Amino acid sequence: MLLGGLSLLAGWNSTKEYAELEWPFDIAIAVVWVLFGVVFFGTIATRKIRPIYISNWFYGALIIVIAMLHIVNNLAIPVTIGKSYSLFAGAQDAVVQWWYGHNAVGFLLTGGFLGMMYYFLPKHSGRPIWSYRLSVVAFWAFTYSYIWAGPHHLHYSAIPEWVQSLAVVMSVILLAPSWATMINGIMTVSTAWEKLKTDPALKFIVLSLAFYGLATFEGPMMSFPSVNVVSHFTDWTIGHVHSGALGWNAMITYGTFYFMVPRLVGAPLYSVRLANIHFWMALAGTMLYIVSMWGAGVSQGLLWLSVDEIGELSFSFKDIMASMQPFYALRLIAGLIFLIGTCLMAFNLFKTLAGRHAVVVKAPPVDPAYAMVKEVAA
Amino acid sequence: MSALSLHKRIEENTGLLIFGILLVSSIGGLVQILPVLNQESLQEPTANTKPYTAVELTGRDIYIREGCSVCHSQQIRPLIAEVERYGPYSRAGEFVYDRPFLWGSKRTGPDLHRVGGKFSDDWHRVHLIDPRSVVPESIMPGYPWLARRNANQAGDIVAKMKALSILGHPYTQEQIATAESELEGLLEIDTLIVYLQMLGTGLDKEIIR
Repeated sequence: MLLGGLSLLAGWNSTKEYAELEWPFDIAIAVVWVLFGVVFFGTIATRKIRPIYISNWFYGALIIVIAMLHIVNNLAIPVTIGKSYSLFAGAQDAVVQWWYGHNAVGFLLTGGFLGMMYYFLPKHSGRPIWSYRLSVVAFWAFTYSYIWAGPHHLHYSAIPEWVQSLAVVMSVILLAPSWATMINGIMTVSTAWEKLKTDPALKFIVLSLAFYGLATFEGPMMSFPSVNVVSHFTDWTIGHVHSGALGWNAMITYGTFYFMVPRLVGAPLYSVRLANIHFWMALAGTMLYIVSMWGAGVSQGLLWLSVDEIGELSFSFKDIMASMQPFYALRLIAGLIFLIGTCLMAFNLFKTLAGRHAVVVKAPPVDPAYAMVKEVAA
Repeated sequence: MSALSLHKRIEENTGLLIFGILLVSSIGGLVQILPVLNQESLQEPTANTKPYTAVELTGRDIYIREGCSVCHSQQIRPLIAEVERYGPYSRAGEFVYDRPFLWGSKRTGPDLHRVGGKFSDDWHRVHLIDPRSVVPESIMPGYPWLARRNANQAGDIVAKMKALSILGHPYTQEQIATAESELEGLLEIDTLIVYLQMLGTGLDKEIIR
């Protein structure tokens, strides 16, 4: 990873979004990723209970789909150690890239984190998943429909129109499995609301679900050509990504940290109060960030497109750019609030861990009803 | 309940689960990508679209190396305001020699697809070295080192053109043979300016005006 970062600074750049690393790193990633898959599925194959839990369906999908996307999108002819030319050109390259770009995000940051949600939420709230049937349907609908939505990143571009239209339809359909999963999560904790008052970990996880719902609603809306015409190429996209990355991915990760670390050492959290302060800072930072980027993005989009009554452009590009300063200042403040909150968590977790040892946990006995081999269970 | 009992088999069998995920997740890509890869109109160059010359290619690879596409798009949408601001909207045939495509996804700076011919070479030179000396509001970083480095420092231009030939770019033997000498005496900034000045000139003259 360190070498990869340095290689980008050195100008080894394939320019494909989320796949910028050049071919030697692409090959290394592919090898590591396949090994990851072997270890993951090998572990599952040697499990002691018969059913594979839903979290592992999501992790499995993450591993398989990203392997497929990564290998196809990075196909290229190497020239030197730091330079290669893509096997695809122009508009075709664009379609392949956004098939990758949209779904690499989808299966890692949505699918992978949904796997976390399906484990930690029931575990922590002490309630079973509200609807098993809904989770089955939502999983397969998610895996099927996500893939189609990539070309909504290329509206009004030189790719075929039917590809753009298909992507809009599938993006809207994607709302169904996304919200089905959110509703499933919210209903799971709905009988344990009182825990939210006292438990910072659960608070983070539930809030992350709310942001997940927000981001997965905003996504399909932004895929409509009439909205996309304003949002595309602007900071609105940046705001959308951060409602996912900060609100959903970071928050649920914090929730799992607050859940796991005290259990690891068998001691209570050093300070619940500090965790609550972190919660409000994370929420404030994320909201401020999203709002500043909405403001910047919508202004950019509308000002760029505005023409006067005789059809002349109303504003020059550099004037619009210069007017972004307050939004960017707000964004900096938002990021700092979020970062300071994260530092508080690091301190809190460090104090919880300091001077303690990990507790030894024995695997719970296997329920005979689910055992792979009946004799072992008996 | 039969659907659920079928699913019970999938979730109890690692192989079936892997197969199911592969099958379900690959459909969308196959339906969208295979026809696009076979669509001839996407591979047909417009009238003035030619494979990049040795100098243009070097300039383009510097554009890639320095990450210009992070802040500048190269994709003009067919909207009145965009056509007025930047020029004729982008056609698929203008990008057939773009490996990779450089459409970008964010306009921190303006679109550059039709920047060719809009400013003088000297303006570009000053602007690349110190953007604020010509555009006071600019937030673009300066790239002074481009004016210090030789264009053929790496000596890989022939290898690059041969690789692109393998991918079907119609270079002549002569173009490849003279590539090194074309770059002789040029600095990186010179080749980047040549690239910027040819951007968006792939359409017929009448359409461009």
